Amino acid sequence: MVYGVVLAGGIGSRMGGDKPKQYLEVKGKPIIVYTIEKFVSVPDFEKIIVLCPNQWVEHTKNLIEKHIAPVKDRVAVIEGGTTRNETIMNAIKFIDAEGNLDDETIIVTHDSVRPFVTHRIIKENIAAAKEYGACDTVVPATDTIVEALDNTVISDIPDRSKMYQGQTPQSFNALKLKGMYDSLTDEEKDILTDAAKIFVIKGEKVALVDGETYNVKITYPYDLRVAKSFLEDQEDD
Amino acid sequence: MINTVFRLVSPRRFEIAFEDIDMFSGNVIVRPTNLSICNADMRYYLGTRDAKVLAEKLPMALIHEGIGEVVFDPSNNFKPGDLVVMVPNMPTEEDDYIGENYLRSSKFCGSSMDGFLQEYVEISPKRLVLLPPDIDRNVAAFTEIVSVSVHAISRFDKIAHSRRDVIGVWGDGNLGYITSLFLKYTFPESKIVVFGTQREKLSDFTFADETYLVHDVPEGFTMDHAFECVGGNGSPIAIEQIIGLIKPEGTISILGVSEYPVAVNTRMILEKGLRVFGSSRSGAEDFKKTVEMYKAHPEIVEYLGNLVFSVNTVRTTKDLKNAFEKDTKKAFGKVIMDWQL
Repeated sequence: MVYGVVLAGGIGSRMGGDKPKQYLEVKGKPIIVYTIEKFVSVPDFEKIIVLCPNQWVEHTKNLIEKHIAPVKDRVAVIEGGTTRNETIMNAIKFIDAEGNLDDETIIVTHDSVRPFVTHRIIKENIAAAKEYGACDTVVPATDTIVEALDNTVISDIPDRSKMYQGQTPQSFNALKLKGMYDSLTDEEKDILTDAAKIFVIKGEKVALVDGETYNVKITYPYDLRVAKSFLEDQEDD
Repeated sequence: MINTVFRLVSPRRFEIAFEDIDMFSGNVIVRPTNLSICNADMRYYLGTRDAKVLAEKLPMALIHEGIGEVVFDPSNNFKPGDLVVMVPNMPTEEDDYIGENYLRSSKFCGSSMDGFLQEYVEISPKRLVLLPPDIDRNVAAFTEIVSVSVHAISRFDKIAHSRRDVIGVWGDGNLGYITSLFLKYTFPESKIVVFGTQREKLSDFTFADETYLVHDVPEGFTMDHAFECVGGNGSPIAIEQIIGLIKPEGTISILGVSEYPVAVNTRMILEKGLRVFGSSRSGAEDFKKTVEMYKAHPEIVEYLGNLVFSVNTVRTTKDLKNAFEKDTKKAFGKVIMDWQL
């Protein structure tokens, strides 16, 4: 079975504080709802698990009820963990509790603040995770990447043609990911914040899936303006 | 839901735009799977339409021939995963006398509104026709052009007198192939005779009773009725030849699109008492009839498979452009896009 896993932040601000970006509205709808809509439109998913901070769970459920009630049965909102990987582990626990965790289970994990993900990207993630056990969505690096080990002077300038920028989704064989994560020490868990990297350091293959330059992550106010201009500058035809 | 739309902004240039589509408006959300390029799309792509027309219509998503899978249907007419053909004609009113494809108020995908070059198409359930799940998808992709022939044949059946011993079809292109094929299956007792300009193309019309080169018509040949599927610069000469060869009170069905006004021998139309009528596009009923014909005669789908010139996987806008460029190089048949964008 294939599950969508929408990551809406492990530790978030309380309701009174700054609103996490995924709850900001573009054209009258929160970003996270746009992202969930993209996932519910892919029939391969048994369910879409949305993981958010405890204090945002009810709010997220309310948003789903308000905006996408007819498909709410395909969406489960649960609490995330303290780190990105712990959040993913919570999703796997949820799948296990549903009795659907086996060698074939695939999870497609995605940032809730990347609403411009496409049907193709999701489908290719599912196919690549089934074939390789893990995959990462990337776009070729357009800027030259420089490495500075001491954060002061350049130690290397890698060949740009072999450099990519990571996006999401990242997709995994759920049991394989869980097995590798469980084998890490606490120190390793602290360092390995990226699930794909766990596969890499364990010597497992992680396939590349072509992303899109417009599969942007809405992180800064500037990004929000970009997202708004993408959607709001369109003619209402 | 955020929908990615691939619009032609100027000749040979596509750009990506985004639209928020309402998943629960009552319309069906369809994921296009196989799309087919039509000559009308190519006239926009190559910029051969009038500059004023281009300026008015672009940016616009092209393509009006395509099938897809149902993603979500709040109207419950379709199930998720159902394979459907999309009807590009979008009537805005009902009329007891005038067909939906002739109402001036109707919109048409890829002409007066965005076509199917989209990640998802939001479309009325009335504009979808269920396809058999095992149908050859690359053939089903161009059901729209097939339905245009079916529509013209249906009208012919209503208009023409009932002696249909010999029916001539002018044109050895896609439309001529489809029209003569469907004439053969609709009127199996009639002798279907196809006229073209290329012997090699005509040799593919194996279902036809006879085929002739237009400059090599046997002495004394005549027919009860005729279909003109030539269009373009070939229209005048084809219509002239048809008027010359057709029997009195015959019916001439014109399907070929001409860019410029065509001079017609009206004297002979009067003398022979001919009925000349035009057909264009098609409506939902014609699509349903076409799909019924596919089901009743699966060999029709096999014959139509001969028209598939190439199938192109489209994952990127570069692939999209390549598919359209491939269409510029084809002599015959249809360029199909396996739509993954």
